[in-house]
Order: sequence, then structure tokens, then C-alpha cells
Amino acid sequence: MLEFDDIQHILLTRAPALTGRYEFLSFREAAAGRAWLSAIKEKVHSVAAMRDNVEGDMRWVTVAFTWNGLRALGLDEASLATFPEEFRQGMVARAETLGDTGANAPEHWYGGVASPDLHAIAILFARDATEHARCVSEHEKLVAACPGVELLSVLDVEAIPPFDYAHDHFGYRDRLSQPVIEDSGEDPTPGSGAPLKAGEFILGYPDEYGVIADRPQPEMLARNGSYMAYRRLQEHVGKFRDFLRQHGNTAEEQELIAAKLMGRWRSGAPLVLSPDKDDPVLGADMQRNNDFNYKEMDPHGYAVPLGSHARRMNPRDTAANMNRRRMIRRGATYGPYLPDGAPDDGADRGIAAFVICGSLIRQFEFAQNVWANDKNFHELENERDPIIGNHDGTMEFKIPSRPIRKKIVGLPAFTTVRGGAYFFLPGLKALSYLASLNREDGVNASVG
Amino acid sequence: MSSEVKLQDWSKPAAIAIPKGGFDPATAQKGRYGPIFPKTPACYGFSIVAKVIPGREDAFYEHAKNIENTIATQPDALAVLKLHYLRWLLFPIKGETYFMYQGIFDTDFDKYTEDAVALFGATGLKTVFENLEGFPKNWQTNPEAFIKFVRDHQCPSFLEYGEYPYVSADEIKKALKLKAAFSDMLDQMQ
Repeated sequence: MLEFDDIQHILLTRAPALTGRYEFLSFREAAAGRAWLSAIKEKVHSVAAMRDNVEGDMRWVTVAFTWNGLRALGLDEASLATFPEEFRQGMVARAETLGDTGANAPEHWYGGVASPDLHAIAILFARDATEHARCVSEHEKLVAACPGVELLSVLDVEAIPPFDYAHDHFGYRDRLSQPVIEDSGEDPTPGSGAPLKAGEFILGYPDEYGVIADRPQPEMLARNGSYMAYRRLQEHVGKFRDFLRQHGNTAEEQELIAAKLMGRWRSGAPLVLSPDKDDPVLGADMQRNNDFNYKEMDPHGYAVPLGSHARRMNPRDTAANMNRRRMIRRGATYGPYLPDGAPDDGADRGIAAFVICGSLIRQFEFAQNVWANDKNFHELENERDPIIGNHDGTMEFKIPSRPIRKKIVGLPAFTTVRGGAYFFLPGLKALSYLASLNREDGVNASVG
Repeated sequence: MSSEVKLQDWSKPAAIAIPKGGFDPATAQKGRYGPIFPKTPACYGFSIVAKVIPGREDAFYEHAKNIENTIATQPDALAVLKLHYLRWLLFPIKGETYFMYQGIFDTDFDKYTEDAVALFGATGLKTVFENLEGFPKNWQTNPEAFIKFVRDHQCPSFLEYGEYPYVSADEIKKALKLKAAFSDMLDQMQ
């Protein structure tokens, strides 16, 4: 059984929040970091706590640490050495493998997150703006009460209109294809496949091979923990809309181009099920909007181009070992909404998301390295993911069509990576363990 | 790069000399598990050389029969590796037996490493590897250790040649299918 009272809520649940804030922290002194953690861990919801009062609670907090952060808290070298190499190195050191080069390179990232001084993140999801402001003020007081804890930067996130469904600044409906973990209490939607073994996402449980993978030590630190890749992607909405206008003469043609890039209409309706025109009712119907495959229903990509975003990030029955590549996504949009028809105001807007998985190298890094950025994925020769791939204006996007495919050359970059980091997301008991490290050094771990 | 793709002309035989270590450290791409061995006129490939634990040679011959049977009943069993050819050899050095696993394929090994490891498991190759000296005992719970063993025992080429360079197995199969389709078309027109 999954230990719902120890697993941080973000792993298995989605907070009903319209707003939030990510706070990036640095610990100048270990004792100060532990004091901060001792206080904030009391605010972190487990899955069980969240489910107990999801209608009543106003805010949900998540806490996670970089490898440098674990060291800064005082974790000993023997334990630090048991973490996987990619996590020890951190996202910045893995930039080339991830495609974070050129405009996406860590030297251009915002808010000090590329610095080795980034030690922790506190994620706030709040039900409304009033609660958001109250929590920000409370956390400000906590940080002030822990001299030696420094706030590197913050990022406010907020849903954008229309508010009746989740979507990004480009207008694509989100949260349509999420893996479900066995025994989590959730049922997969039709077409989503069987629930996955918990070990794919949570440390200490059997994975899809029936094996409990090696994990960091001591056991109490790893138990119910996970890894979390943070990605801040700026979305160039003006450039995206210009592109649609350039390649579509009518509103319908523009919608079709947008759909081909994604693999779904912006309403969420899958192109496999509705290849020629949008079907918003289908897009919103969770019982139908994920119920398709590629190998039998669209082998040549006449509906969904082989290089489209959705077909790359979840190739379904056209990839080997799919169950070992799945990822849980959480996150939100940031920056101001750009209404349809409004000229781009140059504001920074995009998505700030977390990819949660049991193995960063096997799941997240594979998706970035191969699915998003392998130019020869599906023998496409000179393409990358049209939405999140690394683009320098020299790539193509091919749209299979009878009798002759359409080839768009010189695809622009619609997104730019503006931040990223690897975090370890401990269970609640592990948070207590970390908060009480080295108590013999005289620090009162309950300060704050 | 696109310019590279265009330069890779299948009609002109090509050879390249490969620096010591298998790649140029200054230009090698970084993969998830280490530097990527570059594509050559003979496509991608690797050659694993490792010492067999004395007395275990028969396990390799038995496994070869298993693979033969697997492919006979399930021809696409190794499709995920994007292979052209596999060659497995046992050879002696000073009275001791060594194993060489040489594969030529169309993707760099780094990208689909885990898929290859999964396949090695499905076809029983991991159990054959247990007959090699230094193979990690904890490969089941620590797949990275298996990958490290493969990389540590990779003996890169220093010269590779292709009579029809850079061509993928899929392209060859497409060309042969097209040839067959044209033959059929001509037959129908008689």
C-alpha cells in the first residue's frame, strides 16, 4: 500500500488552486536551513491530509531540495554520494544533454536558479489571491526569522482566462494525459493504459519490472520521496500567433496548423479522433479525449504529424517500454494573459512546471534528449519538438498529407527555457529527518 | 545537422579514421550516460569485449541457439535496436576466452540505452552477461551499473568504412520494397 500520510501531496493530487508562488531559497548556514525546514514542514500536506479536507483548505505547500541544498542542510557525504549522478550534477551541468543550449542555456536563466546556491524550493498553491497574499506574508516572516536563509527569487503563477479549464498561453488545453499510479485511488481515463507501478514515481516501491530500484540512503530519507525537474518555459505568444497567420489564411486553417504542431486541437480534441475539424465537446470529455493510439489508428501521421509535441512526449504504442518513460506533470502558467488579437507586449509569460519521476535520467532526461530534441526521431531527419524543442530557425516541421506532405522550413522557437533545476522531493518523515540533522551541534531544530 | 545529412551521400563510398578513445573530446556530443560515439560511414555501433569466467563458454553457445529460435518465431524481437548486423565472437588470448559483442545500428546507443537493456533482459542476454568477469551483480536493481559495464567494455573502432555510407536499415528496406513494387508493376503491365 502507498503511504499516503507520508507522500507529499503534489505527487498524487492536484490542488484546486488558481494562484501560487514558487520561492527559491539558499541556506547560508545549515542550522538556519534546518530551522526554516522545521517550521515549514508543518505546513506541508501529505496526500492523506490533502484528501481529508480538499474543500476546506485554502493553500497547499510543497518543499524540495537540490543536491547542494541537501549538503547545505548538513547531510553527510556518505549519504550524498548515494544519490544518482544526474541529480548530484544538477540540471545546469546536464544542459547539453537536455538541449539547454543557445538561447536556452543556463547562463540566460532568471532568478538565480542556475546558481549552485539554489538549495530549496517552496511551492505554494493557493485557492485565491487573498490566501496567496497571506501565505507570502507568513513566509516572509519565517525567512526573516531564520537569518542565514536567503530568498534568491520568486515566481508568481496564476491561471489565465478563460478559467473553466487548464490551458497555457498559446491556448492549448492541458492536463489531458496524466499517468495514474496503482493503488493511488484514481482510475485511468479510457485510452490511458493500466495504472503504473508506484516505483516509477515514488522511491521504495516496486517498479514496472517488479524491482525496488536502488535508492539514496539512509532508507528513511528516500522512503516515499521522488525527483522533480523544474522547467520555466517562456512562451512567445506573439510569435506563435504570427506563425499561425503566416501559414493559415483563414481562422480554420490557423487552428489546424496549431493542432498539427500539438497533435490536438487547442480545445484538447485529439486529431486522431477528429482529424479535419475541431470538436470542443470531445476535447472536454475526459472519457473520450485520450482514447486513441497511433500505431493502428494513424501509423503514417496523416492526422497527427510524427514530429508533433503530443506524439513525441507520449508516443503511446509506437515506442518501446513506454511504461518506463512516463512522467507526472504539475505546474501553472505565469505572466499576464495576452488577449486574442492584442499585439505582443513583450511581457514575460509562460509555464513553470514540474516533472516528477523516479529516475531523472531514464524518464525526464530521456524525454528531453530523445523525444524533444533528437533531430532524427521517427527518421524525421531535421525536426525537433515544435513546442519545447531547441530551435535556432533551421529546423523543419513536416505535416503528412495526401497526395503530398506539407513541409514548413525555418520553424521559429515558440518557447525559451528561462529556468530549471533538479529537486529531491522527500516524504514527510524524511523532511523531519533532514530538519533534525546534526542536532548535537546545539541547534534547536524546532526554532521557527 | 542538416548540412551533415546532405553531405552523407550514399552513392559515394566513405571511410573515416577515428581518434583514440573513439571520439574527439572537443566535439563529441554529450549523451545522458557519457560522450556519444559518432556516426560513421558504417552508421553507429559498438563492440563490447569482456573476459569470460573460465568454464562458462557453453552458456554463450546455448544462448545463441535461444536467440536463433526467438528470431525465428518473433522476427521483430530486436527491432527496437534499429540494427543492421550483430556479430558475436568468442576468442582466446593466452588460454583465456574473451567475448565480443559487435553491433551496427542506426541510433547512437546512448539514446536508447534503457530500451536495449530491457531487450537484453527479455531475450535472456543479461543472464549470459553474468558469465562475464566484472558484470555487476546488482544489475536488476541498478540498471545504471549495467550501462556502465557496457560503456567500460566498449572498444571503439579506429577506422570505419561504408560502401553505401550512412544509409539506415529502414532506408534500405524501403528501397528494396520500392524495387519489388516496381517489378510487380512491370509484371502487371505485360
